[in-house]
Amino acid sequence: MEQGVIVIGAGQAASTAVETLRKEGFTGEITLVGDEPELPYSRPPLSKKFLAGELAEERLLLKAQSFYDSHQVRLRLGTRATQLSTQTRTVTLDTGETLNYSKLLLCTGSSPRRVSVPGHDLQGIHYLRSKSDVARLAHELTANRRIVIVGAGYIGLEVAATCRQLGLQVDVLEMAERIMNRVVASPVSDFFAQEHAKAGVNIHTRHSLAGFLADPQGRVCAVQTTDGAQWPADLVLVGVGGLPNTELAARAGLTIDNGVAVDLYCQTSDPDVYAAGDCANQFSTHYQRRLRLESVDNAFEQAKTAAQNLLGKSLAHDKIPWFWSDQYDLKLLISGINMDFDQGVLRGDPSTRSFTYCYLRGNELLAVDCINQAKDYMASKRLIADRTSMDLMRLADISVPLREATAQG
Amino acid sequence: MAELVIVDRDGAEHRVEGKAGVSLMETLREMDYGVAAICGGMCSCATCHIYVDETWLSRLPAPQGDELELLQELTSRRPTSRLCCQVEFTPALDGLKVAIAPDE
Repeated sequence: MEQGVIVIGAGQAASTAVETLRKEGFTGEITLVGDEPELPYSRPPLSKKFLAGELAEERLLLKAQSFYDSHQVRLRLGTRATQLSTQTRTVTLDTGETLNYSKLLLCTGSSPRRVSVPGHDLQGIHYLRSKSDVARLAHELTANRRIVIVGAGYIGLEVAATCRQLGLQVDVLEMAERIMNRVVASPVSDFFAQEHAKAGVNIHTRHSLAGFLADPQGRVCAVQTTDGAQWPADLVLVGVGGLPNTELAARAGLTIDNGVAVDLYCQTSDPDVYAAGDCANQFSTHYQRRLRLESVDNAFEQAKTAAQNLLGKSLAHDKIPWFWSDQYDLKLLISGINMDFDQGVLRGDPSTRSFTYCYLRGNELLAVDCINQAKDYMASKRLIADRTSMDLMRLADISVPLREATAQG
Repeated sequence: MAELVIVDRDGAEHRVEGKAGVSLMETLREMDYGVAAICGGMCSCATCHIYVDETWLSRLPAPQGDELELLQELTSRRPTSRLCCQVEFTPALDGLKVAIAPDE
């Protein structure tokens, strides 16, 4: 089958897709269109080692330039796709060019959700998604400056940890009653709150953003919350979640449902267009709900599936998702999705800084949060995929290996 | 130039230049027959599993901590298993021979 594939976006999903297409023996033309001027790079280190200056820029690259050359991938970087027509199967670029495709893969990713409160466009207010965001942020991170971080999710807390390591004064404002509210249960959230407090991060929950105050030069100097309190700031990072980049797909008339809606095969509402990664919203047969996930694993797996399917295979994607976050020397590994859990079981003692929190519905293991517990994390993957019933007494005993804590027939 | 000998999943041998001073993973993820390394070297995913040729095993430091825990739960684990994101390649390892482990 000779045809041309265009991949829109140049992140993890795009990189995996291109690699998979060639691995599968596809010899047609591949064009990668990315609005950032960079080769596809790894985003997770941006809020961690790369922000701290501990990782050289070239080590972020998922593949070197030589890979794209030897695999004959046409790179159109620093170029934005402005229009997609599924009738004529064409993509228009901001250079004015029009490219034809036989199959198209949307890997357009997500963008930080922007706040629109008064003062939102002042200098010194940062978001974090790309290498250029880091470049702007990193040169502001000098010891003893005061950073106020809005939002206590992964990005906010990872940056908080990095900033403490760099010697800044750190305040985190979170509107929910606890940190990482959307992703982990209270025992895990409380543990991380204590660790951040020990490291000197000031976390203020139940504080909603009202606006930003400017100094006479027009630069942010404080954050105001809805209770009227003001939090002095030399700089601000806003990390309040991500939104899928769906503009191109929406204008082309593709079905959108908190992301580009795809079926189990990563196919959109147009049979020649597929989507993968942060921008895609897919039904999970395991969890019986639609999910839009912002994770490297999901980008990798969906892109691999989409690339094979657009070459004619029909592989359903239904792997158990996983996530990780590094804060200080703590490695949080999450396997599965805990939505709909009705009971939680703690394995181990958080004060040892190594424990696992298990989410169950009835006795079925749905998800785990593993803190410095890589062994439980690895064992959990199969147990979750197999919908294993657990023995709750044995599950609560960390000396029993997780895979042996199952209910006996 | 320090060479790395890689045995792919089909048993074919490849000789490539190893990047010194960084992990083996950074060389192996560039190869079509190489490793997925989904987490990018954070020792979080076990998708860069390799087997080190027995004659070389004693010249590498033993796996520890998270790497050991991740390896212990892999069904394809052997005594020679390593996660290649945790193995630094150096010129002293010229000729190091490793095999790519199966996908889990």
